[in-house]
Amino acid sequence: MDATHDIDPSSPEVMLTFYRRLYPFKAIHNWLSHEPIPTRLFTHREFAFTLPGDVYLRYNSFSSAEELKKQVCQLNPTRFEIGPVYSARPRDKKTVRSGAFNPLQRELVFDIDMTDYDPIRTCCSNAGICRRCWGFISAAVRVLDTAIRNQFGYDKLLWVYSGRRGIHLWISDKEAMDLTDNERKALVGWMTVITGGKETGRKLNIRSGSKSLPPPLQDALQILRKIFSDLILADQDCFGSEAGYEALLELIPDSGTVERLREKWTKDPNRSSEDKWSDFREIVRKKPESERLPLQAAMEDVVIQYTYPRLDAEVSKHRNHLLKAPFCIHPKTGRVCVPINPDQVEKFDPEMVPTVGQLLRELDAIGKTEEQGTDHHADWEKTSLKPYVDMLDKHASLLMEEVRREKRGAEPNLSW
Amino acid sequence: MYNSSKKKQTVDQPLTQVETHGLLAYPHRLNFYDKAPLFDVTVEEFEICALDRLRILAEIESSAARNRTWEELKNVTETQCGKYLPLSANTAKSIRLDEQRRKDHLGHFVLRLAFCRSEDLRRRFIRAETTLFKVRYETDDYKERENFLSSRDFNWIPVSDEEKNQYKDRLFHGPINDDKIKAEKFYKVKWTRVPDLVEKRRVFLKGGFAYVPGREQSSIVFQEFEVQLGKALEMTARLLPRLDEDTRLVPVLDNLSQGFLAGVSSEWSGVLGSDNANEIKAEMIDDLARKHFPMCMRSLHESLRRDNHLKHFGRLQYGLFLKVLGLSVEEAIAFWRKAFSRITDDKFNKEYKYNIRHSYGLEGKRANYPAKSCLQILTPGPSEHGCPYRHYSAENLQSALLSTYSSQGLSSADLPEIMATVNAGHFHVACTRVFEITHASCGVSKGEGVGGGESVTHPNQYAARSMELAKPKVEEDAMVVD
Ligand SMILES: [Zn+2]
Repeated sequence: MDATHDIDPSSPEVMLTFYRRLYPFKAIHNWLSHEPIPTRLFTHREFAFTLPGDVYLRYNSFSSAEELKKQVCQLNPTRFEIGPVYSARPRDKKTVRSGAFNPLQRELVFDIDMTDYDPIRTCCSNAGICRRCWGFISAAVRVLDTAIRNQFGYDKLLWVYSGRRGIHLWISDKEAMDLTDNERKALVGWMTVITGGKETGRKLNIRSGSKSLPPPLQDALQILRKIFSDLILADQDCFGSEAGYEALLELIPDSGTVERLREKWTKDPNRSSEDKWSDFREIVRKKPESERLPLQAAMEDVVIQYTYPRLDAEVSKHRNHLLKAPFCIHPKTGRVCVPINPDQVEKFDPEMVPTVGQLLRELDAIGKTEEQGTDHHADWEKTSLKPYVDMLDKHASLLMEEVRREKRGAEPNLSW
Repeated sequence: MYNSSKKKQTVDQPLTQVETHGLLAYPHRLNFYDKAPLFDVTVEEFEICALDRLRILAEIESSAARNRTWEELKNVTETQCGKYLPLSANTAKSIRLDEQRRKDHLGHFVLRLAFCRSEDLRRRFIRAETTLFKVRYETDDYKERENFLSSRDFNWIPVSDEEKNQYKDRLFHGPINDDKIKAEKFYKVKWTRVPDLVEKRRVFLKGGFAYVPGREQSSIVFQEFEVQLGKALEMTARLLPRLDEDTRLVPVLDNLSQGFLAGVSSEWSGVLGSDNANEIKAEMIDDLARKHFPMCMRSLHESLRRDNHLKHFGRLQYGLFLKVLGLSVEEAIAFWRKAFSRITDDKFNKEYKYNIRHSYGLEGKRANYPAKSCLQILTPGPSEHGCPYRHYSAENLQSALLSTYSSQGLSSADLPEIMATVNAGHFHVACTRVFEITHASCGVSKGEGVGGGESVTHPNQYAARSMELAKPKVEEDAMVVD
């Protein structure tokens, strides 16, 4: 519990030790390169460094994992970001002909941040995050993970905790890597239902012409009904307060129903969200069909409105958007940005993520028993970082296996 | 002309005139332009085909700036195509279909050469060409379109009835029965081939495939057209350096791409001037200027009247404009002699008369100089007399517009709209709008431009159209007098 109080994550010495002894450069390399040797996917990749004092260095590129490590240890950035694969090495940007330097490939990425849920979560506010409001993030992961796999057919997905109160998704399938900006925009449009920021309170506009939900949202709704009942009604009690239930009433398109519910709920301020939702459902159930259908549609919309993933669309639309590399340290929390198994996302507890302070103390502990070796490459193996690095390694080996399989498949064609 | 890299080397026969429609060299009206034209053409043909097509593309481009609806755009494009690039259906028996289609084919490829050179030009060309294709696709005869579609492999997989049944609650709305499932067609394609439909959630997606309903089939076709053209342009751009050695073509191509950048097709041949039966006399010009001249020529005319003089380039610009308007060389000499009232006959004869005769092709190398087009006036040159919409400050332009045209119905309420187009850099659109406003009394409505939705691309086109609009009225008056 006292992981951070004696080791300051923002101290340069702490960061340097972390990079030198713990950061899994090799795993990161394999994941980006799709092969155990550096390919263009690695050598033509942009890395951007954030140095203390808000110095931002863009268009760095490296010919190997070792070179990247050397530079990181030299610059000792507070964090670094990964960008697209360009048509030339980013470090040569100034010398290549203009027009010959374009982003070509890039993992398809998504960024989901708790900030976009501030209007509805009741347990924390601002920078805070706890296990309870993590439920919003895990709902988003459920929906997005399922949709990407089933609808788009991608399966090389890496989910990474952002270090504070959000999550990133990196998709490395070849087709996803090759998507143009326009195609990314289309995919994001498909996925987007609720735009973040000020518009979050607005009524949804997801039913075009016909009254039924479009197919992808029908699928999402299957997942979200249960989450709505557990998270929104039981846990967060989103309609408990007056402001909370007024927000719900605004989404009901029938003024008679709104009046009846408001009267009931004002009289009995202690009714829980679950009770209130049942009140609503009861009224709807008794309506004649012509009035019932639009109200049932509104109920579905409410479920989606409160639980559907809120995406930062700009991050996903452009190949040249930079995103923080996995395993960086969040400067405020000291937590490592670790990969998350989407099947276990509900059990993930942001507060249990190893911090840089904790990891360095673990290193100190083994340092006392072992000879301080010259080779630090595998030091993470002896710390609680290990399961997370193993996850990335496993993911990278899937990508490498795919490339090997493709090469084998291509061999007969090369034999002419 | 030139060979693009082709996978299949088919027989490259020069086109012969085939009149039997069953054996058309171009069996379809629609064209994906997969094959480069491999017949011989003259430089003139090369340029004419391109210019005619460019008019249409430029009009499509300006449609966006003029905020036209799809229906308006379609109508304008069809009218323009009818004039410059007619493309008839196979059922049109008396038309030389192959000739039309050959022109369409050639024009497209010439413009590819002109527009492959920069990212921006490529993007705009693709957009305009895809729009043109859409217009033609929508207006194509249903059966002929079906034939065209089956003539090439769109790589779509028809969805079987079993599969439709399997996903029926995702594919169909409302009550479903077997007949409905059988009747509605679906095509399976990689989702990236219909990004527009995906973005709007108008398809069912499964494992990376989009199930496109028959009524949205055109989306696949348009997207395919756009993607193929994009790839082809990049290919052409890589091959272009070799072509640049052909010095006859380079100036033509430069001229074409510049014209597109300025939003106007580059030349407007002043034929209208020649069929102007009523000869224009020197003393009529004040009146004509007031009623019919575009802003650039109004401003030249006014400086001439104010200073009793015009500097060299202004003289050249205005002189050629008046020539194309129909002023004979004798009348031109009379006009300028009178206008330059502060100089002696001797000086005039020595210094100016020769130049006037020269511009009429009667001296020197006896070239028939054309009048300057909007493009030439818009491009900054040695002349201070450019396009007022481009070169005047916002403040000066607004007061000049009011003082010049308020007698013809332009009011300060019109200024915000005009200034908005000016600020967006669409000078010819602003000029076109002023034409529409000042000719509203002749029945010109918004969007009609100088006829058929055409934008102003030449001062003589502006003036000729304005005079043409005034004509019937004159005849009516004459009849009353009779
Ligand atoms: Zn919380």
